Amino acid sequence: MTKNLPTAKIVVRDLNFFYGEIQALKNITMDIPEFHVTAFIGPSGCGKSTLIRTFNKIYKIYPHQRTAGQIILDGVDILQEDSDHNRLRAKVGMVFQQPTPFPMSIYNNIAFGVKLYEKLSRSGMDERVEWALNKAALWDEVKDVLHRSGYSLSGGQQQRLCIARAIAVKPEVLLLDEPASALDPISTARIENLVIELKKDYTIVIVTLNMQQAARVSDYTAYMYLGELIEFAPTELIFTRPSRKETEDYITGKFG
Amino acid sequence: MRTTDFISVQSRRRSVNFLSQAAATFTVCFGLFWLGWILLTLLQYGLPGMSLKLFTELTPPPGSPGGLINAIAGTFFMVMLATLIGTPIGILAGTYMAEYGQTGWLSPVTGFVNDILLSAPSIVLGLFVYEIYVVSVGHFSGIAGSFALGLLVIPVVVRTTENMLRMVPNRLREAAAALGTPQWKMITMITLKASRAGIITGVLLAVARISGETAPLLFTSLNNMFWSNLNQPTANLPMMIFDYAMSPYKDWHHLAWAGALLITLAVLGLNILARSFFKQKPLGR
Repeated sequence: MTKNLPTAKIVVRDLNFFYGEIQALKNITMDIPEFHVTAFIGPSGCGKSTLIRTFNKIYKIYPHQRTAGQIILDGVDILQEDSDHNRLRAKVGMVFQQPTPFPMSIYNNIAFGVKLYEKLSRSGMDERVEWALNKAALWDEVKDVLHRSGYSLSGGQQQRLCIARAIAVKPEVLLLDEPASALDPISTARIENLVIELKKDYTIVIVTLNMQQAARVSDYTAYMYLGELIEFAPTELIFTRPSRKETEDYITGKFG
Repeated sequence: MRTTDFISVQSRRRSVNFLSQAAATFTVCFGLFWLGWILLTLLQYGLPGMSLKLFTELTPPPGSPGGLINAIAGTFFMVMLATLIGTPIGILAGTYMAEYGQTGWLSPVTGFVNDILLSAPSIVLGLFVYEIYVVSVGHFSGIAGSFALGLLVIPVVVRTTENMLRMVPNRLREAAAALGTPQWKMITMITLKASRAGIITGVLLAVARISGETAPLLFTSLNNMFWSNLNQPTANLPMMIFDYAMSPYKDWHHLAWAGALLITLAVLGLNILARSFFKQKPLGR
């Protein structure tokens, strides 16, 4: 139906997800395009966060959460391959709703993840930290206080620190779970600009409750409701001529 | 009509508030009163016995002057050894319960057993070490005393470590896992670090608790009027206070009071130190 579909980075097929007995995702099938921003919208509890939490298997740290179906990243079914979550997570970074700096300095917050995968020289690490902070548009604000605790930063700065931390390990996919919902409008705008900037190098998946935000930053938008994927299309199509009645109702505010 | 209703509700709330505040204030004062009395008595009888001699001379036979240096040193080294034994075990067990034991039976069972250990009469622990260690080596010793005290340290440290780790928000664990951090690294470098102040507080409180314990030492370290190494019966303040206070000699009584004051001040100091540690921002550098 759409011509020139970009290459799919993540291919989801018949994905079901269970919190114990409760089914939270029902037969999700979709292709997440590479080097684009894909937004997930829908009312609270519709499963959008649950879905992106399967892309890096972060749900695995909790017992009683399980999946059925396939998620194929670069040709490999990550749900089948039981072995190495950590290698997957090196490839698929994630930023959460609440900023989560680690209890260490700003510098070490960035260096921590890098050290897991690479052995850099002192100057190499300095460069990497500067690079990541620059990418996250935070360098100018923190370059003189790198030794200070990550908690000394403001909420918006902390969130950009978390983005820098995720970028620093050079992932290929970046999952953003309502990254701006706890932030003021100025910090939000910075993060949105950042997302648009970052899609040149990364495949970005963003969950948001804010539809304007989805319209502003994303190339593709998926509308979810009650664990089902209702509609998935280019963003301008979803917001101007949605093909499903439910999507239109949600977007125009008749529902939700 | 509505105004009078409003006023009566207001005045009722005010009187209920007054009554509950008065009751709460009274109970606080009631508790503080006894504590103050105890401290005053200690100071009254203990202060006259305070002198430099306490820290320089051995415990004397009746009728001659002396100090408490061997008892102070004995308590110090036994408490230190007990802490060194109990703290690593306690921290590791607490870490297991909070971080690894999400499923399965081991963590809840450990928690239950730990609670029993926490409330076990300390004399039972002394008897246990007597049976296991003192009987088999054939003599009382400071080491045995340290084992018994160490058994008291373990449950306190297990409990605080577990509680402090559980207070670390899960999103911090998720954030670490999302970077691909192995679990052991996440625990050592992030969650334990984030709860460091709380765990240190727990250890200090455990030290405060064991430094005044007498019962576990009755069957283990016993007492000694002279210098000893930890492989012999070892002098310690609680036992010394007990022996001297029970004696018929006036000058021994003075020493017992002075020793009691010393222990109390040390425990008070440790508690204040523990509190100030916990007050520090638990996260960050």
